[in-house]
Amino acid sequence: MAGKIASWLAAGMIGAAALSGCNPQSSENGGNAVQTAAPAEEEFNPRGQILALSCASCHGTDGKSEGIMPGFYGKSQVYLENALKQFKNDERYSTVMGRHAKGYTDEEIKLIAEYFGWACQQTTN
Amino acid sequence: MDHKFTRRGFNKLVLSGIAGSTLGAFGAATPLFAAQKHVVVVGGGFGGASAAKYIRKLEPSIAVTLVEPDSTFYTCPFSNWVMGGLKEMSDIAQTFDILKNRYSVDVIHDLVTEIDPVNHSVKLKGGKELKYDRLVVSPGIDFKYDAVEGYSEEVANTVMPHAYKAGPQTELMTTQLKNMKDGDNVLICPPGNPFRCPPGPYERASLVAHFLKKYKPNSKVIILDDKEKFSKQGLFMKGWQRLYSDIIEWRSGSMGGKISAVDADAMTVETEFGPEKGGVINVIPPQMAGKIARDAGLTDSSGWCPVNPITFESTIHPGVHVIGDACIAGAMPKSGFAASSQGKVTAAGIIRLMQGKVPAPPSLVNTCYSLVAPGYAVSVAAVYKLTSDGIVSIKGAGGLTPMDADDDQLSEEAVYARGWYRNIAQDIWG
Ligand SMILES: Cc1cc2nc3c(=O)[nH]c(=O)nc-3n(C[C@H](O)[C@H](O)[C@H](O)COP(=O)(O)OP(=O)(O)OC[C@H]3O[C@@H](n4cnc5c(N)ncnc54)[C@H](O)[C@@H]3O)c2cc1C
Repeated sequence: MAGKIASWLAAGMIGAAALSGCNPQSSENGGNAVQTAAPAEEEFNPRGQILALSCASCHGTDGKSEGIMPGFYGKSQVYLENALKQFKNDERYSTVMGRHAKGYTDEEIKLIAEYFGWACQQTTN
Repeated sequence: MDHKFTRRGFNKLVLSGIAGSTLGAFGAATPLFAAQKHVVVVGGGFGGASAAKYIRKLEPSIAVTLVEPDSTFYTCPFSNWVMGGLKEMSDIAQTFDILKNRYSVDVIHDLVTEIDPVNHSVKLKGGKELKYDRLVVSPGIDFKYDAVEGYSEEVANTVMPHAYKAGPQTELMTTQLKNMKDGDNVLICPPGNPFRCPPGPYERASLVAHFLKKYKPNSKVIILDDKEKFSKQGLFMKGWQRLYSDIIEWRSGSMGGKISAVDADAMTVETEFGPEKGGVINVIPPQMAGKIARDAGLTDSSGWCPVNPITFESTIHPGVHVIGDACIAGAMPKSGFAASSQGKVTAAGIIRLMQGKVPAPPSLVNTCYSLVAPGYAVSVAAVYKLTSDGIVSIKGAGGLTPMDADDDQLSEEAVYARGWYRNIAQDIWG
């Protein structure tokens, strides 16, 4: 059924670049996930960006929290990766975070941490 | 810091070189470069404002115009808290100043009356016409008033509020609750699926019950439900048993919950088991995508908008992206959190498309907190990915507050519910 996903991608790509970046492969979360390899010249991995954008809805834009949720802006990539894995493996107490972290493969967690590492180095606007 | 000369860095340089006097003025009417790309966003709610902010934040070379009739947007999230006496209207008011001033989104307070997907333009009620390279439509919902005999927009605005769009409707129901005679009952009538915010009516019942317990001890809440089951049912039922056992009564569709008509003069609703009288009657009618989406032919026979799940581009009109409650997003519920998540994914996707690059496959999330009482909240969470079956929730992730959660955990969730509101409002409008 990868054909259906390819057609969604193709539909979005009218007039844009070729589909060579699309590389469907199974993931540990049950197969059929779509992965796109980042072209080498990218400044950040677009897949990491898409994954990371989710975090801000509870932790604030760029992880700058104004509420009670812990902010993580400025934390290192290693710290973020470890923390997310601990939540995922129930090694760290949480109410909701563990439920979220279980939705990501270790590879995706790495991409999220990398993206925030990158984003933090950019001047925010 | 790395001084590698990236495209983004280049854009920033270009912009900072010329922006000094033009910041806040890169609207569609005065594009900076002839080739500057322009995105128009219809609706400044959870989906639309998220998309507008994130396009500008992630790619400042793209101009964004946001069209929204109201200069203050009242959020449905936490509007039930207002009814319960736990928040004020001012606590759920969001404005567009930061989008305008900090993100240089050109915000126009007007109504889009026409979309021309062939010529890539929209018409506004005030007479303006805007051209777009890509359009984002996030108009929320409208109600099928005629699904309930005797109900109408006028009845909703005067006698029996739906309170399912926040603002005057929230105020009407809150005032009615305050003025209701002790001993009268509050009727809450939720629709069948799908509808905006599946746990919404049940959080409402909880917080209305909290209010009644304090101020109208002889009154009850009767939920006349179209359905046989509802979101977070086990957790709500448990909370009701603990806190409101003789206040809240839930009637399922097959147990007389279905309503067919209302009588605004008699203040009754018609059920299969006869008329039911209420002091406050909250009718939440079945729903469909907002009018502009229907008028533009973006809906299918279900009344909602089919979209490509990678970029939320309409499968009917290319170049038009539909997000939020109005779109069909697989397993995702119609929630503000989901709408915002879709808005960000769409922002990233539009940027890649405009750069001639492949959009990354989506990753989406949702968390819905429901307050059962002050210091007592429950939640449901999910992470979504794209498979050949469309957008599905990832097995083994997400889920509900555990049924055996102790009081500490329930009260922590209530604290986090407030934290969530503050941060998502900041992430969207701040
Ligand atoms: C009681 C209640 C409680 C809720 N609680 C929660 C919660 O706790 N958490 C959660 O995540 N979600 C919650 N929700 C759901 C949430 O409110 C919606 O899912 C969310 O608002 C959907 O976002 P949207 O962008 O699709 O629409 P909206 O946020 O409704 O925004 C639509 C906007 O489009 C504008 N518009 C419409 N037509 C036009 C036009 N022609 N031209 C210009 N502008 C137009 C409207 O004025 C409006 O501002 C709740 C809902 C209710 C009713």
